[in-house]
Amino acid sequence: MFAINLYDFSGTVNSIHQWLNARLTPGWATAAEWAIIGISLILFVAISVIILVYVERKVAAFFQLRIGPNRVGKWGLLQTIADFLKLLMKEHITSKNADKFLFNLAPFIMVTAVFLGLGAIPFAKGLQIFDINIGLFYIAAASSVGVFGILLGGWAGNNKYSLIGALRSGAQVVSYELSIMLSLLTMVVFTGSLQLSQIIASQQDGWWIFKGHLPAWIAFIIFMIAGTAETNRGPFDLAEAESELTAGFHTEYSGIKFAMFFLAEYVSLFIIAAVGATVFFGGWMPFHIDDWAAFNRIMDYIPPIVWFFGKVAMLIGIIMWFKWTFPRLRIDQLLVLEWKYLLPLNLMNLILVSFIVLMGWYF
Amino acid sequence: MERFIFYFIAAIILVFSVLTVSSRRILRAAVYLLFVLLATAGFYFLLNYNFLAAVQLTVYSGGIVVLIVFAILLTAHLDHRLPKPNRLKAGFSGLLAVTGLVLTLFAISRFEFVRSPLVTEGPYNIEEIGTRLLSYGDYGYVLPFEVISVLLLAAMVAAIIVAKKSIKND
Repeated sequence: MFAINLYDFSGTVNSIHQWLNARLTPGWATAAEWAIIGISLILFVAISVIILVYVERKVAAFFQLRIGPNRVGKWGLLQTIADFLKLLMKEHITSKNADKFLFNLAPFIMVTAVFLGLGAIPFAKGLQIFDINIGLFYIAAASSVGVFGILLGGWAGNNKYSLIGALRSGAQVVSYELSIMLSLLTMVVFTGSLQLSQIIASQQDGWWIFKGHLPAWIAFIIFMIAGTAETNRGPFDLAEAESELTAGFHTEYSGIKFAMFFLAEYVSLFIIAAVGATVFFGGWMPFHIDDWAAFNRIMDYIPPIVWFFGKVAMLIGIIMWFKWTFPRLRIDQLLVLEWKYLLPLNLMNLILVSFIVLMGWYF
Repeated sequence: MERFIFYFIAAIILVFSVLTVSSRRILRAAVYLLFVLLATAGFYFLLNYNFLAAVQLTVYSGGIVVLIVFAILLTAHLDHRLPKPNRLKAGFSGLLAVTGLVLTLFAISRFEFVRSPLVTEGPYNIEEIGTRLLSYGDYGYVLPFEVISVLLLAAMVAAIIVAKKSIKND
């Protein structure tokens, strides 16, 4: 009934749309579509977070010459599922004198922000929830709300360590947002559009990381550094630094509320990797070289969804590599890195890119 | 459906605006303000004006309210409560608010809304916004743009001087 074509999902999506509209009134069909999208998004997030946590533990083990989880299931594959079941069944503890309303609100803000951001990500050809005309800016705007989860969660728990974690992350996220936006803006000068489908379409004859040569590489490196900082991951995990702040802003959280923070962190890691893959590596666009028709045809045999998740997996791998390689920065080093190095470099790069685009010095 | 969403967002804005000014816990007031600003972004999305909605999200909720919350985290304690306003002040503020509401409603009811020929059905083209922002012809905004950037520069210089003063005195 719903033929799934791995190369173009728009047929599948259309047939579901028509099937629903034939059986329901238009209003109820829309509502049913919302429900389907919501449920599939939640399922996707749950599954991908379980996989990411497992991968992170295995990567950490690899870097530290350990084996990692290996008891629950084959190669410890069921370990994270068992951990999540345990988290769901734990007691909710609220510390004394905590501001209960804000304390309970904080995890929800964080999760809502990452789900909003996920809405505009193109997973494969024809598989995107909404293709808004300002896609890239929208994702950045939606995820900028997530910092409230950290700020409020750290404050409301009535704990000194949480408060310090929240303050650190406030300074960090506000400064590194600049770098993310500017490095993406640099690439927007190349793509000429903020709409994600058009950004992908502009990479039909080659990904921007190759077409944009040097400035694209500079922008990519800055994007990866700022993206790691934005998701509060090591070496920029000052907000939760477990060795000095016990766990930073989520010290006081337990059970499912802690799980929500955990989930939001991994989903924002996925979003950063997905945006990076889309802007620099062509999203679901296969690896094409300008006029090598035969080569491009061979590359097209690999389905777009495999390309997308392959690129995302590669970028996530790089970010995890950062985390387990570099020691944690101090807060002053962190701010110096942003304001004295990344920001001026970014601005110079932006001017360089504008000049290159004006002169037509890119492929 | 659109009407339902409109009333839903409007209700959020009204309720949380009142809560913003009536809450006695300062951080909660800031969070209510955040909700009001987010709901306003929702209005822009409803109007298909995506760009302004995203600007609202980044500048107001992602920037200004974050700074407000940050300042509160640095200064206020969790148990801190704002003092109860006295009757006279509360009454006077209420009177002012009601007068403002009546005046605005009166003005709106008398005003004839004419559809501007410049307005097109959204979503608005971002290239158009960029060109208008930097053009000096008709409907170009380069002068306000430059004036605001000079203002921002002045504010930044002032902030740096204020922050530097303490180091000089040491």
